Amino acid sequence: MSVAVTKSRYQSEEFSARLRRRYAAERRFRIAGMVAVGIASLMLVVLLGSIVSKGYTAFWQAQIRLEVTLDKQQVEERNYTAIVRQALYAQVPAATDRATRRSLNDLLSSGAPYELEAMVNANPSLVGTTQTVWVRADDEIDQFMKGFIRRDVPESERRLNDVKIAAIDALVANGSIRSTFNTTLFTAGDSREPEQAGILGAVVGSALTLVVTMLLSVPIGIAAAVYLEEFAPKNRWTDLIEVNINNLAAVPSIIFGLLGLAVFLGFFGLPRSAPLVGGLVMALMTLPVIIIASRVALKAVPPSIREAALGVGASPLQTVTHHVLPLALPGILTGTIIGMARALGETAPLLMIGMVAFIVDIPGGLTDSATAIPVQIYMWADSPERAFTERTSAAILILLAFLILMNGLAVFLRKKFERRW
Amino acid sequence: MQLTVLLIVLALLTVIGYQMGRSRAVASVGGRIVELHSVPSYHGFYVALWAGLPALLLFAFWGASEGWLVMQMVLSGLPDRLVNGDAQSLGLLRADILNLAHGVATGREPDPEVVAAAERYLRLHALGDWSLLVIGCCIAIAGLIYARGRIDPDLRARNRVERTVNIALVICSLVAILTTIGIVLSLLFEAIRFFAVVNPLEFLFGTHWSPQMAMRADQVGSSGSFGAIPLFAGTLLITGIAMAVAVPVGLMAAIFMSEYASPGLRTWLKPILEVLAGIPTVVYGFFAALTMAPFVRDVGNSLGLSVSSESALAAGFVMGVMIIPFVSSLSDDVINAVPQSLRDGSYGLGATKSETIRLVVLPAALPGIVAAIMLAVSRAIGETMIVTMAAGLTANLTANPLDAVTTVTTQIATLLVGDQEFDSPKTLSAFGLGLVLFVVTLTLNMVALRVVQKYREKYD
Repeated sequence: MSVAVTKSRYQSEEFSARLRRRYAAERRFRIAGMVAVGIASLMLVVLLGSIVSKGYTAFWQAQIRLEVTLDKQQVEERNYTAIVRQALYAQVPAATDRATRRSLNDLLSSGAPYELEAMVNANPSLVGTTQTVWVRADDEIDQFMKGFIRRDVPESERRLNDVKIAAIDALVANGSIRSTFNTTLFTAGDSREPEQAGILGAVVGSALTLVVTMLLSVPIGIAAAVYLEEFAPKNRWTDLIEVNINNLAAVPSIIFGLLGLAVFLGFFGLPRSAPLVGGLVMALMTLPVIIIASRVALKAVPPSIREAALGVGASPLQTVTHHVLPLALPGILTGTIIGMARALGETAPLLMIGMVAFIVDIPGGLTDSATAIPVQIYMWADSPERAFTERTSAAILILLAFLILMNGLAVFLRKKFERRW
Repeated sequence: MQLTVLLIVLALLTVIGYQMGRSRAVASVGGRIVELHSVPSYHGFYVALWAGLPALLLFAFWGASEGWLVMQMVLSGLPDRLVNGDAQSLGLLRADILNLAHGVATGREPDPEVVAAAERYLRLHALGDWSLLVIGCCIAIAGLIYARGRIDPDLRARNRVERTVNIALVICSLVAILTTIGIVLSLLFEAIRFFAVVNPLEFLFGTHWSPQMAMRADQVGSSGSFGAIPLFAGTLLITGIAMAVAVPVGLMAAIFMSEYASPGLRTWLKPILEVLAGIPTVVYGFFAALTMAPFVRDVGNSLGLSVSSESALAAGFVMGVMIIPFVSSLSDDVINAVPQSLRDGSYGLGATKSETIRLVVLPAALPGIVAAIMLAVSRAIGETMIVTMAAGLTANLTANPLDAVTTVTTQIATLLVGDQEFDSPKTLSAFGLGLVLFVVTLTLNMVALRVVQKYREKYD
């Protein structure tokens, strides 16, 4: 083999072709990686985009202005429906015959008379006067105003008939319809009528559930982590506990729901649909997460801290409570918040223990029937009305806002207290 | 109400106990703390533990057994004609009493005896709560006085307090084991009841699933049929689609992030995947049902295919997206665990970056990646919300991803949602399915964790 031959081999056609191929493969591989990351990012954008675009309109709600005459006799008979209807007919003078008026009745939310009743009960001196009030419009009027029900569709395929659309046009013409911020969404419980449905009941239910979860899983989780990391002897028994915790972390959440159903509801006879049971199940579910995160945080505290404390005569427990735990606390807190965020978004176990009921009232205690935000999303997603689709997306946005808040807090804590040894 | 009062009283007593123990210990040596065996605060904790712990244990015991105890007392007071039924009617009776007591309408005219029993139940309940309050307070005060009397300079308060704390720590670490035992027992117990009605072989290998039980025994199709093969097949189909999305994308994303991306790009890309991982599954379900499924159907129809509006493809694809961050973060870990020296050796031989990754890094990381994929599969099998919202309910035995299929978790969720009798084979079948699900995911996890552990040790 002479040098010249070798050299020519490196400069040969085949060699440079091979090199081009290899570089092309390199480029392709790199592009494949970029495409993969791109797909993931694209899906995130599409997911969030579709939810925001479907949901942002739910924060507005159409209202109709009425000049209600609070006739004394009608108020005493609690005939608010008649009061509201008379006021509405007065707004649309063109509607004179019975059939038209009947279809006008559907323009208002079925909750409008109750709104009025609540107003009168709060201020009885209004009786006998004429008041200008804005009441919620029916969800279909709302959807029409937002442009989701189109007037160029043939009448038979439209949710609103021509009579109603004419009435709406009349209301729009005299400025009796407006779009306001949808406060009901934040202040009401669930309802069959989209315009009266709100997320507050579910938010309170979620909060109660999370409180139970936190009160149970945080102390137990930290205690278990401290024991396993600081005190436990290394033997088969503690190995078993460790394997066990790792496995529990990967058990499907619905299995925890079955456990809750069989043990807490079936065996202990706790009430169905209660945040107490939901919290118990969630606590068992988040426990492994908290234990694992706390152990990582405890492990990160250098042994020199422990040795120094033991060296000046602290007992093992004092070493842990006075020195190791405070140093590990930011890490533990971060793990805890992330575990709580996961519990907040969890749905399946709550379905099993009956937190999926239709509940109008806002729960007042741990044993009241309640639902949670993700379950509310699940239930609204099943409703056929277009207005509920919009509210489902809005509920998702609210849930995501809570999650971003919690995760943001966790990131902030990590950044602020992170310590490199 | 009484329970809240008791908890507040207990909290107060422990605080008082702490102060008493502390000051008495200091007083017992006339302020010369050096002469105490333990520092004064340990004496305080000693008294506080005696004040709080026994009463708290009583409280916990009562909380766990009260419902059962009171119910037994109520049932024993009822006439035989009501109590002497089979287990099912007894369960119904219990539910009636509870519903009446809590003011829930039962929907049928209640027996006057049952109404009386409900009243008795409420009375006994209130009586129990009151006696708990009184007894709890007495025990707490007695403990406090006893412990205070034992305060002495030579009392080994630290050792005693620390031993108690140690026991508490051990108990806390046992909760995880208890949870597992609880899961296994509750699944087994209910599944055995199910298998007493339905042959296990028929359940595991039958090909017809229709769990609806007829109201009367003489109705057509009264038995319901519980062949779970269509469910397993549906689960596998959707899991397969999800893996076809998640594994290539997740793996390539992990490779790109760990080998190619600059640190600046990484700080942008990592949060994207973390957000994707943090989105609740119900949101993915909503997206699958309301955006993805119609999209897949429209695309399919425009291509002339008949696509079900609950196609396995839509649910599987969205589930795949959900699992991407899971696969990528696990693969990222194992790829980073491959020592740099292997890469350097490969570069030294003249390999390009992609050749190094394909021929050196990936083979070295293979066991870890396989484990990651197994964990991802177990995650996909156990995922409930996406399939409950986006996959169908009818059990089709098909391999066509454009058809609607149902899965194990969907069936568990739909069988148990709503008020159902706890004893019908229909409800119990959910526990049978749960047992299968638990065993499969547990096996996958165990094997995967083993592989990961073994593999990690290799390069350390």
